[in-house]
Amino acid sequence: MQREGQIRIPSGCAISGIINKSGKRMSGEAIIKSIAVMHDRSNGLGGGFAAYGIYPEYKDYYALHIFYDSPYAKKECEEFIERHFDIINLSKIPTRKIKEITDEPLIWRYFVIPLHTKLYESQLEERDFTEKCVFRINTRIDGAYVFSSGKNMGVFKAVGFPEDVGRFYRLDEYEGFSFTAHGRYPTNTPGWWGGAHPFALLDYSVVHNGEISSYDANRRAIEMYGYKCTLQTDTEVITYIIDYLNRKKKLTFNEIASVIAAPFWQTIERMPNEEKELHEYLRIVFAEQLITGPFSIIVAFDGGLMALNDRLKLRSMVVGEKDDTTYIASEEAAIRIIEPDLDTVWSPKGGEPVIIRVTGGEAKCR
Amino acid sequence: MPINYIYPDYEIIRNPDRCITCRVCERQCANQVHEYIADVDKLSCDDSKCVNCHRCVSLCPTRALKIKRSESTYKENSNWSVKTINELYRQAGSGGVLLSSMGNPENYPIYFDKILLNASQVTNPSIDPLREPMETKVFLGTKPKQIDRNENGSIINNLPPLLRLTMPVMFSAMSYGSISYNAHESLARAAAELGIMYNTGEGGLHEDFIKYGKNTIVQVASGRFGVNPEYLNSGAAIEIKMGQGAKPGIGGHLPGTKIVGDISRTRMIPEHSDAISPAPHHDIYSIEDLRQLVYSLKEATRYQKPVIVKIAAVHNISAIASGIARSGADIIAIDGYRGGTGAAPTRIRDNVGIPIELALASVDERLRQEGIRNNVSIIVGGSIRSSADIVRAIALGADCVYIGTAALLALGCHLCRSCHGGKCNWGIATQEANLVKRLNPEIGYKRLVNLMLAWRHEIKEMMGGMGINSIESLKGNRLMLRGVGLNEKELEILGIKHAGE
Repeated sequence: MQREGQIRIPSGCAISGIINKSGKRMSGEAIIKSIAVMHDRSNGLGGGFAAYGIYPEYKDYYALHIFYDSPYAKKECEEFIERHFDIINLSKIPTRKIKEITDEPLIWRYFVIPLHTKLYESQLEERDFTEKCVFRINTRIDGAYVFSSGKNMGVFKAVGFPEDVGRFYRLDEYEGFSFTAHGRYPTNTPGWWGGAHPFALLDYSVVHNGEISSYDANRRAIEMYGYKCTLQTDTEVITYIIDYLNRKKKLTFNEIASVIAAPFWQTIERMPNEEKELHEYLRIVFAEQLITGPFSIIVAFDGGLMALNDRLKLRSMVVGEKDDTTYIASEEAAIRIIEPDLDTVWSPKGGEPVIIRVTGGEAKCR
Repeated sequence: MPINYIYPDYEIIRNPDRCITCRVCERQCANQVHEYIADVDKLSCDDSKCVNCHRCVSLCPTRALKIKRSESTYKENSNWSVKTINELYRQAGSGGVLLSSMGNPENYPIYFDKILLNASQVTNPSIDPLREPMETKVFLGTKPKQIDRNENGSIINNLPPLLRLTMPVMFSAMSYGSISYNAHESLARAAAELGIMYNTGEGGLHEDFIKYGKNTIVQVASGRFGVNPEYLNSGAAIEIKMGQGAKPGIGGHLPGTKIVGDISRTRMIPEHSDAISPAPHHDIYSIEDLRQLVYSLKEATRYQKPVIVKIAAVHNISAIASGIARSGADIIAIDGYRGGTGAAPTRIRDNVGIPIELALASVDERLRQEGIRNNVSIIVGGSIRSSADIVRAIALGADCVYIGTAALLALGCHLCRSCHGGKCNWGIATQEANLVKRLNPEIGYKRLVNLMLAWRHEIKEMMGGMGINSIESLKGNRLMLRGVGLNEKELEILGIKHAGE
């Protein structure tokens, strides 16, 4: 069977997210409980988590999480990493043997920083350099796949139900200020671990439920700016769009929401002049980054997260708040299981972003 | 002279039981096919003059007339067709170049007919355009290179001039001269009502139509007829015509007999002088010269108008388009080999150029590979026949399409392909006052509006079926297309998969 990247595989899903605005760290146990409630929204062919604030002792280093199909791939990849980065620490990612999760690849973690000389030669900024190296590994080194490359954050994913994936990666032993989770319901898959979600690039990670109808328009547009959509999944292209708009075009997350889930022209017509001009500008300039078709996404980044629905709200998504913690999930039950006593709970409108920023603790606010 | 004799292509069949000798056919036929014979109180006809335009058939009150392909034939020969033999006889008789009108009618592959569209099932919902907003608005022009912000951090509006359209269709260039005043008025009024554009072609802009300027593209062609500062500033955009799909590499020739009255004044040339557009622009012998003309026109209009460069689809189209995308042009219009014309040498029309589907696919892909796709918008024409062709073109990567023949059909054209004769019985491709008045612009513009609204609705239905509710998400979305009966190479160039994949 063909893997993600060789064929396009549609999938339905469950998503969940938790963030503490004060930057207080919590264990990964809650997010596992939350996503487990939505067991029936996944089919055991993919689950995963993104956790922020988990590596405070290495917060200045890029944490590369890598799957290897073979020791040869590992050897080749490590040689590449050594040529381009200073490796501060490396280890196997600790896992728990459980019967639900099988056929695991070699799973390694490296804390790295670009080599000064290489960085200088490349004339790139540090993050651009790291991004380029990640693309190089994923497209050129057969059997090696970087699935997490941010600072002070990490993605943990596998083929299986998400709650089993959480236990497998011992997520309950990590502490972070924000977590997102994904349970996957692909219509067909060979069960490749790299194809599970979240999808991440640098410190951006995306969990997504939906099937976007604009996929190939988005893909062909973003590939023009040096991104390579190797997995052919919606989540991958959404992540690149967000990286492009935020990191390269310096748009704010509110502006990004207005690009990817743009208000309808008839809504823009009714806006006050200044707002109308801005929205018209964003729709014209970033027309190719408009995403149509059903989606609910949680974008996590260094310093916060954004939850967003497509402009027709064709997928469910609920937000709840309790003190300084915000919960987001495909279903309200997935929030109630971890916090039955919410201050508020609501369903954001289509195209209306919910942006949460962390103001204290380990996270930097940008 | 029996050696010269060519049996007529068509046979006019008159049902004598139905004919009431009202003589409508006789009055309506500018080719003088029908004749009343008073002695016998009957109408007779000369088939040899018939161009099969269906004017008499359409107006006969008793449906007494029909036109059939004549059955007389030469000895059958797969290699020497009747058409080929007749054309050869004509040339042996006259020593002249054969002339034809409208688009290439020959039996080449039509790729649009081998591409099928997608629709949503189960994994994502289709969208009903009667219930939900379905957006077809498009903007043509270059995109800003960077985002600028003021001291408060707000985005500064640095948009270059754009064409704003309610749907991705425009009426393509047809000059006043090649078509009639009433045809132009119909196109201009329809464009204004629809919020789209019509195009003056190379015949200048009639003073009566300056008021439709917001919906007008003014053309600058190699003859520079009718070009002056007021003309350039009257339109919403300026189009430099480098080529035309029906006759790539060939200029134009409007015979002096048509250069009368308003046409001579609008073209700014003396009456009865031939209007000859040279094959190349004599100030453009290379790409760097094109850049100079683009910027001259921008200077003349104070950088307020987008500039379109129109080219015919020829073999090296993607490299040419790439050059144009770096020349300062805002929009590239590509005209396929099926594109129409008021008159072109037959051999050129039928043998030069490439299909628009392949040209579009390779240009869009090439500009993306070079990272310059957003320097320009792409318009394609020649030949777009239905809303489904538009959807296919947009999904292959076009921003917008041009329609010419389809618009003329809406005005009554029956595709008899005799425009070069100047005796259009439908009042479109003629300057004879008694024929021109047969096209009522009041009715003509409404029929154009009807056609476009019908197509827009169909586009929305097809988009909705795919789960797409804005046209920009269809642009270049080639996964929405599948080929049927295409070979590997064709699929590769089109950048689409085969049905079933």
